[in-house]
Amino acid sequence: MASTADISQAKALLYHWLEQQMPTEKLGWLKNKLEQIADTDSDRLLFTTFSSIPRYTTKADLQLTEADLQTANTIRSGWRPKNWSLDQAGRTLLLLSLPADNGSQYRARVEKLFATADVSEQIALYQSLPLFPHPELFISRAAEGLRTSMTAVFNAVALNNPFPADYFETPAWNQMILKSVFVDSPLHLIQQLDQRANAELARMLSDYAHERWAAKRQVTPELWRLIGPFINDQFLADLKHALNSPDKSQQLAAAIACVQSPEPSAQTLLSHHPQLKTEIAANQLDWDQFSQRYLATAS
Amino acid sequence: MTQPNETRPAMYIDPHIHMTARTTYDYMVLREYGVVAIIEPSFWLGQPRTSAGSFKDYFSSLVGWERFRAAQFGIRHYCTISLNPKEANNPDIADEVMDLLPMFACKEGVVAVGEIGYDEMTEAEDKYFRLQLELAKEIDKPVLVHTPHRNKKEGTSKSMDVCIEHGVDPAKVIIDHANEETAKEVLDRGFWAAFSIYPKTKMGNKRMVELVRQYGCDHIIVDSAADWGLSDPLAVPKTAQLMAEMGIPQDHIRKVCYENALTAYGQSGEMQETDWTNPPAIDQRQLYDGNSVLRGQQPVTNSQQLSSLLIE
Repeated sequence: MASTADISQAKALLYHWLEQQMPTEKLGWLKNKLEQIADTDSDRLLFTTFSSIPRYTTKADLQLTEADLQTANTIRSGWRPKNWSLDQAGRTLLLLSLPADNGSQYRARVEKLFATADVSEQIALYQSLPLFPHPELFISRAAEGLRTSMTAVFNAVALNNPFPADYFETPAWNQMILKSVFVDSPLHLIQQLDQRANAELARMLSDYAHERWAAKRQVTPELWRLIGPFINDQFLADLKHALNSPDKSQQLAAAIACVQSPEPSAQTLLSHHPQLKTEIAANQLDWDQFSQRYLATAS
Repeated sequence: MTQPNETRPAMYIDPHIHMTARTTYDYMVLREYGVVAIIEPSFWLGQPRTSAGSFKDYFSSLVGWERFRAAQFGIRHYCTISLNPKEANNPDIADEVMDLLPMFACKEGVVAVGEIGYDEMTEAEDKYFRLQLELAKEIDKPVLVHTPHRNKKEGTSKSMDVCIEHGVDPAKVIIDHANEETAKEVLDRGFWAAFSIYPKTKMGNKRMVELVRQYGCDHIIVDSAADWGLSDPLAVPKTAQLMAEMGIPQDHIRKVCYENALTAYGQSGEMQETDWTNPPAIDQRQLYDGNSVLRGQQPVTNSQQLSSLLIE
């Protein structure tokens, strides 16, 4: 499994997918442009082609099988284009077709596209990051993408994208998780969520929960997934709060956090809620199962 | 004012409104009164810009943030791109702004080159008007012409002369801020005549009703031109209602407050009715937060929420 992409394989796969869904003459336009672009440093050609792609590909959904998704994951670990559209696939293919031998020149040209991108162009750019040549040159760009006010752009960086887990230092990672919680983006669509969990993040999420409760607002039950592995007295009190909440998804999430904790104090807490413990065992509820059943978000 | 009472409320397009200068409240109310799509022409911002970079960020915000913000309220946002006539008079930045235009003019949802034309009818305005007409021809986009508020009649005639001189098809040119004095010539010459319902300086909506009574509904477009000034973002639905009360037939109202704008700007290939009645799944997921908010013609919000004393 690669944490950088095999670019020629990624290009071949994207082209193959487009070929299956696009009429020949439209595909011919794209093929011709890709050949020209591979061979020139003309920014005007790059900009007009990048912008024009949806007119030729349409914005229809990319129709992928489970086998297609597996191939994608082999080419770049974590690449999951399940919800991509044809124009996005076309734009990614274009970005992978630019001359890229010189990293700083590649970065400069792609940055120009970022600087003038419309909404859907920004989404296509950010979700292509893990496939880019020289991905390490785009870490600050990815962090910039998280500062957006456009949720769809934020999600293009944060969700279903291996780039953050592979390249972000802990402070940027923690900010991304906190902001996901703030903008209601589902945490379970963030890759390597459990592997990158850390005590500092757990503390920030607990503080966040206290602010919300003070304002009589709810928190997402997904918080307990990231707080559970770092049990201390404050977190234990938070879990108790959630176990006593009238909301079933809060109760279950806090109970799963207890089940998965090695701390005896968590087991003691859970022993006061035997019916939840039974329910988790009976349904073999883990975080994946929980997300699918109780968090109404299509992935 | 009340909303139309049919089971399927009327849909309106405001083809000239500067949302950058308006609040989120306006988007909520616009949607509630049936505005499904708006066009935001590039213009000046009240405060003159002193670098081309300010224009770049402005254009980026029109195709980026503003489009996203509108979609959160179920409104489809389009824009036009140009060096506007007022700021064409700034020689320090005009050429650099011209270099930016091709970068933006072919982007998704850009429906015309505009506003271009004359403000004071200076030589610089004339030069950049003509250059941008050539750009519009090159990229095959409609043109939105801003007619001057001072010396309007001569400015309007000359704008149309220059379009013809450059071989631009009148059917692809919208002449905006028309009035009783300029309407006849604009329509006779085969251009689209747009009227901005704007208090005091432009068109009033009662006058607008009389214009539609006189000229019918062909090639006539109603807009608000609402901006940072004392203007009304509801000018289009309000004018539609006034027309209905004053006996203008429903199909004429639909033409001037919806269909004609769609026909004129739809020539760009960047604007079609299905964009809001049946958007692609990817747009529903990303712009509309997973909701097909427009399909059911349901208002996204209720303005009563806004008038509540409680802030939760």
